[in-house]
Amino acid sequence: MTLTKKPSASPAPASWGLAAGGKVPWEYAAAPETTDHITIRREYGLFIGNEFTPSRPKATFEVINPATEEPLTRVAKASRADVNRAVATARRAYSTTWSRLPGTERAKYLYRIARIMQERSREFAVVETMNSGKPIKESRDVDVPLAAAHFFYYAGWADKLDYAFPGRQPRPLGVAAQVIPWNFPLLMLAWKIAPALACGNTVILKPASTTPLSAYLFADVVRQAELPPGVVNIITGPGEIGMELVKHPDVNKVAFTGSTAVGKMIGRALAGSRKKLTLELGGKAANIVFDDAPLDQAIEGIINGIYFNQGEVCCAGSRLFVQESVYEPLLDKLKARLGTLRVGDPLDKNTDVGAINSAGQLAKVQELVQSGIEEGAEIFQPDCELPTRGYFFRPTLFTGVSQSHRIAQEEIFGPVLSVLTFRTPEEAVEKANNTPYGLSAGVWTEKGSLIFKMIAAMRAGVVWANTFNRFDPTSPFGGYKESGYGREGGLHGLAAYLDLSPAGSNGR
Amino acid sequence: MRQPRAKTATRVRRQPSVLEARQAAPLAITNGAGAAGDRLGVRKTYKLYIGGQFPRTESGRAYEVFDARGRPLANACRATRKDIRDAVRAARTALQEWSAKTAFNRSQVLYRIAELMEGRRDQFVAEVRTAEGVGSRRATRLVDAAIDRWVWYAGWADKFTQVIGTVNPVAGSYFNFSVPEPTGVVGIIAPEGSSLLGLVSRLAPAVVSGNCAVVIASESRPLPAVTLTEVLATSDVPGGVVNLITGLRRELVQHLAGHMDVNALDAFGLDPAQGAAIEELAVENVKRLVRPPSGGADAIDWLSDRAQSPYMIGEFTETKTVWHPIGS
Repeated sequence: MTLTKKPSASPAPASWGLAAGGKVPWEYAAAPETTDHITIRREYGLFIGNEFTPSRPKATFEVINPATEEPLTRVAKASRADVNRAVATARRAYSTTWSRLPGTERAKYLYRIARIMQERSREFAVVETMNSGKPIKESRDVDVPLAAAHFFYYAGWADKLDYAFPGRQPRPLGVAAQVIPWNFPLLMLAWKIAPALACGNTVILKPASTTPLSAYLFADVVRQAELPPGVVNIITGPGEIGMELVKHPDVNKVAFTGSTAVGKMIGRALAGSRKKLTLELGGKAANIVFDDAPLDQAIEGIINGIYFNQGEVCCAGSRLFVQESVYEPLLDKLKARLGTLRVGDPLDKNTDVGAINSAGQLAKVQELVQSGIEEGAEIFQPDCELPTRGYFFRPTLFTGVSQSHRIAQEEIFGPVLSVLTFRTPEEAVEKANNTPYGLSAGVWTEKGSLIFKMIAAMRAGVVWANTFNRFDPTSPFGGYKESGYGREGGLHGLAAYLDLSPAGSNGR
Repeated sequence: MRQPRAKTATRVRRQPSVLEARQAAPLAITNGAGAAGDRLGVRKTYKLYIGGQFPRTESGRAYEVFDARGRPLANACRATRKDIRDAVRAARTALQEWSAKTAFNRSQVLYRIAELMEGRRDQFVAEVRTAEGVGSRRATRLVDAAIDRWVWYAGWADKFTQVIGTVNPVAGSYFNFSVPEPTGVVGIIAPEGSSLLGLVSRLAPAVVSGNCAVVIASESRPLPAVTLTEVLATSDVPGGVVNLITGLRRELVQHLAGHMDVNALDAFGLDPAQGAAIEELAVENVKRLVRPPSGGADAIDWLSDRAQSPYMIGEFTETKTVWHPIGS
């Protein structure tokens, strides 16, 4: 599975004290994570009622490794009949076992899951990287530990729900339909399944069609944890199957993470129903750097903000706003730092930027980058070699970007940063909020009062001050405006999976 | 600004209007002062309330409003899409000032509304009695509850943040907290039956957190709502924080639901049968939506404590989570 890649020499940052334009005086040897402990079956059926079953009629589709374009496995393609079967199974599990189980028992099941995920963490990390294209250091150090932590956190809530919402007696909603994207396949699974189960619901999860592997590995965790059959069901298929699932009349709750366009389709499909809906949609985050910011820290935050996970992050800091007085020094540092990013084999432990998840997504990134060039922005890409196979894209930044450019307005979902400038905090606020999105924002300054002014002014659900792209199970995450509604994580994340209406009020 | 396509807009099921429901009849009953003795009563012109002003509808149209027994009461403005747009613009403009006020200040402003309503208590009782066809004892209870509801929510202004906000113990060296913020411009479709208490019960939780509201009043019983705007205009509520539109729902609701600069829609007062079409319009800019209760708003006991809740304030807030490193 290892990619052979010719290490390339990159220009070194000035702070390294090398001659101007000097090359990094060393080469990285390949450091591939081993894959010999991984077993990927040749085919995966739908996971319904704790069993892998073929779809009816039997149909499968191929799942590939985006870094090699080689097939990994085949998974079942669910039909409408399979959706019905999964919902019926989840409903049965809800009414016969899960909703009747005391919270303390639900909690222990979730603790079991968290522990098994920790025990099998490296397996999860490798599978996640092979299927998604994300660097192994990210799946190993971020995705998998956070996913396990989510189960651990919500496990503890399962028997404490009566204390979460004063004056209310929370009740589970029933059957939850959950549709998740391909950028954080396992982490999004955890964000969806952990609170749903803690609150006493049963779930049908539909992973993205390009990244089902870690979900089916999680199915094996469900088996090992001996969860009652039907509490967790996982089905795979194209987007239309996700739509069939959320529209199913016996579903009580829908949770979706993905694009704003699809979120709106789901919203329309659910109009007039009594289903509870939460949406975590797109973003176009502003990362704002003031002239008194600690520049070296800010550089790391900017890089992490947009190149983490190849920029395939809904809350990515894709618009960088730099105060004019530090524009030049910051840009010099940024370009130098860009040159040190290692792009290539996601399984290599030194890789910073892995593969784009699919050919389709790569084409979208390329198209938007082309539009940036055509609209007059100036492109910068480091001189790094890309593997000859797989969906790779150079970390890219644009200068001379104006507010109206597509690269400043549309979510690219790739390693592409648009750099803009501002003079006053008011101008930064005006420009930063000038988007239909409102998921996240970043502020960099040493001045505390300015931080709080900016925090209050940002129309965004998560604001990182002097940091970026931090996540935690205790910390609510979600958007303003067209970035969706509802929160995942923390106490707020419980509300999405509970009926909090006053008892006997018939939903109110 | 994108507006809904005409095709979508007409999908809202047509509801017989007050105008059609009754034959036009001469204004047999005066509003305002009675025609006691020789003196002819002076009638009030019922107008819209937009941006702190009392304009007539730009369309120059009116519809006739009747009391519960079917006797004509007055002409009310039959507002249009243009009036809705003006109201949304006024609400958006007022948002900055209102949401930036301290919670303590908003608390006092809401309390002041209750004070001024108390001063007009008899007028409200008379109007609610006429509009809703209830006896004077019942009307008095409804008005008193409406006044008390303002007081109740006034008290929440500087408390709900402490109930629904959190400090989050993240696994790392960061200070992390989540606070509620106003969603922005909230469109409210007021309950059709409960002309005053129902309206106040939906309006107060929306504005207490710093939102600005555009309200479509009860179609058949709009007059107590119009009188409430006179209270709002003379209390300390900045112009534009509450805007009130009267008219025919089938001409108005879809334009409020589909307006791209409205952030949230309280469809609580909507006929549940119309819910789906209106909800589809609201999806266009991912509006936060409160659906009509399954039995309709008129089945709600507005006098009950269940008709008020800090969680209703929360329905029109956004949770903002903030991270900052801890270190030197």
